[in-house]
Amino acid sequence: MAPEVRAETKMTWVGAAKLVDPQVSIRFGAFFVAENRLRNMAKWWKSIIAFGLGNPSLYLLSIGIGVGSLVDSSLGPNAIDNVSYLTFLAPALLVSAGIQGAMDEVTWPTVEGFVWTRTFFSMNSTSITGRQIVSGILMAAMARCVFQVFLYELCLLAFGAISWQSIPILLLVSATAGFGFSAIMLAFSASIKDDDGVFALVGRFIITPMFMFSGTFYPITSMPIYLQWIGWISPQWHGTNLGRALSYGSPVEPWLQGIHWALLLMLAVIGITWANRVFESRLAK
Amino acid sequence: MPKDVREEASSEAMIIATGLTKKYGDFVAVDEVNFTVTRGEAFGLLGPNGAGKSTTMKMIAATSLRTGGNLVILGKDPNKQGPEIRAHLGVVPQQDNLDRELKVWENLMVYGRYFGLSRKFLKGKIEELLEFAQLGEKRNSKTEELSGGMKRRLTIARGLVNEPEILLLDEPTTGLDPQARHILWDRLFRLKEQGVTLVITTHYMDEAEQLCDRLIVMDKGKIMAEGAPAELIKRYSSKEVLEVRFGSDNNASVSEKLKGIGERLEVLPDRILIYAESGEKCLEQIVKLGLEPVTSLVRRSSLEDVFLRLTGRTLVE
Repeated sequence: MAPEVRAETKMTWVGAAKLVDPQVSIRFGAFFVAENRLRNMAKWWKSIIAFGLGNPSLYLLSIGIGVGSLVDSSLGPNAIDNVSYLTFLAPALLVSAGIQGAMDEVTWPTVEGFVWTRTFFSMNSTSITGRQIVSGILMAAMARCVFQVFLYELCLLAFGAISWQSIPILLLVSATAGFGFSAIMLAFSASIKDDDGVFALVGRFIITPMFMFSGTFYPITSMPIYLQWIGWISPQWHGTNLGRALSYGSPVEPWLQGIHWALLLMLAVIGITWANRVFESRLAK
Repeated sequence: MPKDVREEASSEAMIIATGLTKKYGDFVAVDEVNFTVTRGEAFGLLGPNGAGKSTTMKMIAATSLRTGGNLVILGKDPNKQGPEIRAHLGVVPQQDNLDRELKVWENLMVYGRYFGLSRKFLKGKIEELLEFAQLGEKRNSKTEELSGGMKRRLTIARGLVNEPEILLLDEPTTGLDPQARHILWDRLFRLKEQGVTLVITTHYMDEAEQLCDRLIVMDKGKIMAEGAPAELIKRYSSKEVLEVRFGSDNNASVSEKLKGIGERLEVLPDRILIYAESGEKCLEQIVKLGLEPVTSLVRRSSLEDVFLRLTGRTLVE
């Protein structure tokens, strides 16, 4: 019997020398990384939307309206900053959503890229550099952040907590806070060798205190002075104070607003510089 | 870069390493190695764990910077032009690093996009690669649903998406069953026929013999031997090997009586190896001495004999 021979189409082969222009990846590599991250994110679109709408709805019902009614009935309407408690709360919730949304895209996926699936090493085996991976991840994280904040804004609008005119500026402020904090968290995540519960610790000892002690639910000046420093170093407070000033006109001096912007952007610069170093050294090993 | 090195790179040499060195602090992982790989060649790097093969591979892959010597890949310096070089390489790492959230075809798509290839081109290329890797039916499966052999074939297919000039394969068949290994060998032969230069590290000597035109044996960061598999066997071993067993308690004492038989004698705890031109003749001599081995086997000398002679039998973890 004649041996079985499988007929196969021969691969077309131009060769990389003619096919691939290295300059394309050198210029646009970060966008290709972002494209990959967005494709990954799309696999979770239902969860992202459910979380993006469910979380604010529950928060607004329980804290905003529940606690808000108590505050307004105890202190009188518009007792804080001359606005309803819900309006006072809204910028803080948006900043928190921005930070959380961006952070979700830079923590676990970074450990996955270095440790679990090692996909960063596969990216780096092409023309993509460590710096481009950092930029691409942050771009995708910001896309998630903006999307999540926008969904939150729609909920707040439905509850009458914000005006539609304040949507763009609150989006910008929340995204800037998310950008600064996620850049730092990206560098931190890239530095760890394995999870070992470290993100649970970050959640308990950094994220939660940051949320609770950054003037989210009451003005930071209501806290004892020895606790106020938590707010001063927290991107949550800088974003919240800025959002309140720019959305409904909370009295914040222009110089302080400048400091809020500068600190959030400084966090981003520090985070990106740190992340670039960690990525480059870890990929080169 | 010295002028003569540049000239050589501009001809058919794809990789030229001269005095290539990699140090981590005081530890020398690769110690002044020299080799050249020419276009269309299948070049092997053999060695025990910690020999410096993977480190050498990473330097060739232009991801790990050398700390000494010269390395020219496709006429370029990887320490300065890493992204340009990597654009024309294909890499199959030791550990599969596929994106497990994505489907089989998507893994090929995103990897192709990293090279800046258009989606239109990639759509056609992906179909070719899926056929090449015999994964057409799995195109919409998630990678975590694939068997080890399928993942390996997908990783190799992924490494070909940019039609590389050099394909680097770091232990491509480790952990695969014999069927999957043979399919992979077949695929790699086809690539070689297509003119792709292959650089392979492997622990499997039969694989090296099958696939490599030429290879180097490394140990402790240095090159111990270089040549074609047949040349190395001729140089460092004999034509045949006779393996005889007298029982593990007796092998050492019997070996004293076997001195002078064959070209070289190696006494192992479980057996005695006699390297000779003719194993049968040696066996006749042993029987004439009045010795009766429990078992005997005459076999052709292999690359494994060369490897063990050059790198020793001590276990390296």
